[in-house]
Amino acid sequence: MDIPEKEFLAPGHRACAGCGATIGVRLALKMLGENTVAVSATGCLEVITTPYPETSWKIPWIHVAFENAGAVASGVEKALKAQGKDDVTVVAFAGDGGTADIGLQSLSGAMERGHNLIYICYDNEAYMNTGVQRSGATPYGASTTTSPHGKESFGENKPKKNIPMIMAAHGVPYVATASISYPEDFMKKVQKAKEIEGPAYIHLHQPCTTGWGYDPSKTIELGRLAVETGSWLLYEIEEGEFKITYRPLERKPVNVYLEAQKRFKHLADEEKEKIQNYVDQVCAELKI
Amino acid sequence: MTSVGATVKEPGNSVKNKTGSWRTFKPILDKEKCIDCGNCILFCPEGCINKDYDIDYDYCKGCGICAEECPVEAIKMERE
Amino acid sequence: MNMIKVISANRAIAEAVKMCKPEVVPVFPITPQTTISEYLAQFVADGDLRAEYIMVESEHSSISAAVGASGAGVRTFTATSSQGLALMHEILFVAAGMRTPIVMGNANRALSAPLSIWNDQQDSISERDTGWMQFFAENAQEALDFVIQAYKISEDHEVLLPSMVCVDGFILTHTVEPVDIPSQEDVDKFLPPYEPISYLDPKDPMSLGTFTDPDYYMEARHDMEVAMEGAKDIIRRVNKEFEEVFGRKYNLVEKYKTEDAEIILVAMGSICGTIKTVIDRLREKGEKVGLLKVISYRPFPQEDIYEAVKGARRIAVLDKNISFGIGGVLFNEIKAKMDVDASGFILGLGGREVSPDDIIGIVEKTRNPTTETNQINWIGLKEEE
Repeated sequence: MDIPEKEFLAPGHRACAGCGATIGVRLALKMLGENTVAVSATGCLEVITTPYPETSWKIPWIHVAFENAGAVASGVEKALKAQGKDDVTVVAFAGDGGTADIGLQSLSGAMERGHNLIYICYDNEAYMNTGVQRSGATPYGASTTTSPHGKESFGENKPKKNIPMIMAAHGVPYVATASISYPEDFMKKVQKAKEIEGPAYIHLHQPCTTGWGYDPSKTIELGRLAVETGSWLLYEIEEGEFKITYRPLERKPVNVYLEAQKRFKHLADEEKEKIQNYVDQVCAELKI
Repeated sequence: MTSVGATVKEPGNSVKNKTGSWRTFKPILDKEKCIDCGNCILFCPEGCINKDYDIDYDYCKGCGICAEECPVEAIKMERE
Repeated sequence: MNMIKVISANRAIAEAVKMCKPEVVPVFPITPQTTISEYLAQFVADGDLRAEYIMVESEHSSISAAVGASGAGVRTFTATSSQGLALMHEILFVAAGMRTPIVMGNANRALSAPLSIWNDQQDSISERDTGWMQFFAENAQEALDFVIQAYKISEDHEVLLPSMVCVDGFILTHTVEPVDIPSQEDVDKFLPPYEPISYLDPKDPMSLGTFTDPDYYMEARHDMEVAMEGAKDIIRRVNKEFEEVFGRKYNLVEKYKTEDAEIILVAMGSICGTIKTVIDRLREKGEKVGLLKVISYRPFPQEDIYEAVKGARRIAVLDKNISFGIGGVLFNEIKAKMDVDASGFILGLGGREVSPDDIIGIVEKTRNPTTETNQINWIGLKEEE
């Protein structure tokens, strides 16, 4: 795969060392190129990249609030169209909180209306910007500051909300999941999303050193383990057609993924087994 | 003075902020060992390794992803 | 050629918007604003308005899309009312703080609970601190004229603050009256194309909506205060330019028989029409009563108000809103800003009718204040049975 050399996210940003979100944005922007306008929801990405009077963005960028990236991107897309700038790509970046929870209505509206835009959810599975609180995308068993484990709790007791499938149910032309640890797979999907007319949604799994509790050097390794254990799946739905884009040769036990992170360290065997069973079930359905 | 609406009109001017000062461990690349796979370039959260595999220590925060992801262990992390 | 049409204020707003040619119009229906959205949809459907019309899924998204579109450098319009305006609340601050010169129509309506679709002015008054300018129309003609002027005022580079044109729900939005609709040619002559200073263009990348630390935030807010205060002069200038092209004269306030008045009523919006009729009647009886109509609620024209009312013996301030525990907001602001002997009146909440007799009663209470009535009075409140 020919990967463009040019960078559109400048260094000097305030992301934690080993940040997965910035890797994802860098890779996405490489494929989207300079003729792109980016929209950010409030969140880690927004605060680390634009501490006034600095910006890390080399392309035009706008942030309005937490819950409205879909609507802001809609307005931007229409304004560009009105000015005859149809060739400009509009991409929105929002975290899992800004997508699965507070921003879901705005996103749903944007997808349903058929705007020509790409929405990338960078999913680190909790509200990281405010200090690791659970979101709808927090997986079963994870300990966060608002779903802590304790004498009477094993942490988050709900499974992860399935946003890509909710997006697919909108009937948009392109929905994909991706991981920063599989950059070619992700970048191909970004390329497709760019070429497709109409709304495209990419759900990008992205380990977070601070929130998940692992050494910063392991960001890519953790993302890989999520996929290799079947805890995160890589697929795309193009014009309604579902396709797995990566199958691990041999699925690793989820334990190797769970035990590498502090947020799952407290789990008893019973809970880990439940997680394994859940993963087995999902993978069996999809023949992974 | 703050610009109208706090808009920033210098794209990418965060390069003024040298995050290299955050670093505790420094990645040292042995170019002899390097097989030009591009992993370290792709996976760097700062985007501070260029196509010639020169690491820009002005920005490298020392996360160690490059060393971890190097398939031939050509990058060693050394304490500063 | 201009022409006279018998239309509602909502239609007048839509006609004005059409001639101002916004390029993106995100809207969401809410009574009694809805017909503005419908008229605009029809204009677009008929090719009479070349705009991207976005039927969003909430008012939160209509204002968010408007900020996005304005950020991308085009003229925008949206409209709402009551609950919708309250839902926009957070983004109203952002729109003003990002200095996007959006123009919005607001059909003034009571806020829930209890739920009411009828008129008062609680909705926009409650947004007074957001950094939006607010212009209150007395009739459909003013609604049309204020929209056209609002664009010119908001888009002035010395101002760059969004505007709300407020029309009383149902009283103005759903009643018809003759309105002088100007020609497109005259509107084009009056209103230059929008020239943004911030925009989203890959040829000149900017970052909009950044994050400020304590070193920068306060200056940004102070700049807004300077812009809001400075907007008064811009409004006066635009009012003059408007008069030159269209012949109708406006100011931040309208003085109606205040010159020699002993009692002056201060009010905003459609009620001013009723008050003028009552004043004419009282004047025939030799009573020296006048009206000071506040058109520009934000920026707040305290100098103009004081200048107009300072000669009066007493003034009455009429509020279609209530800040619980302290009374009407306009009354309190006037009391805070100037040394006048005033009584405050809360009236018309949730569509409660205000009759000419109510106005006469207000004049009486203001003229002969008792300990009970010299502060805040509720007008038209039903007695307990």
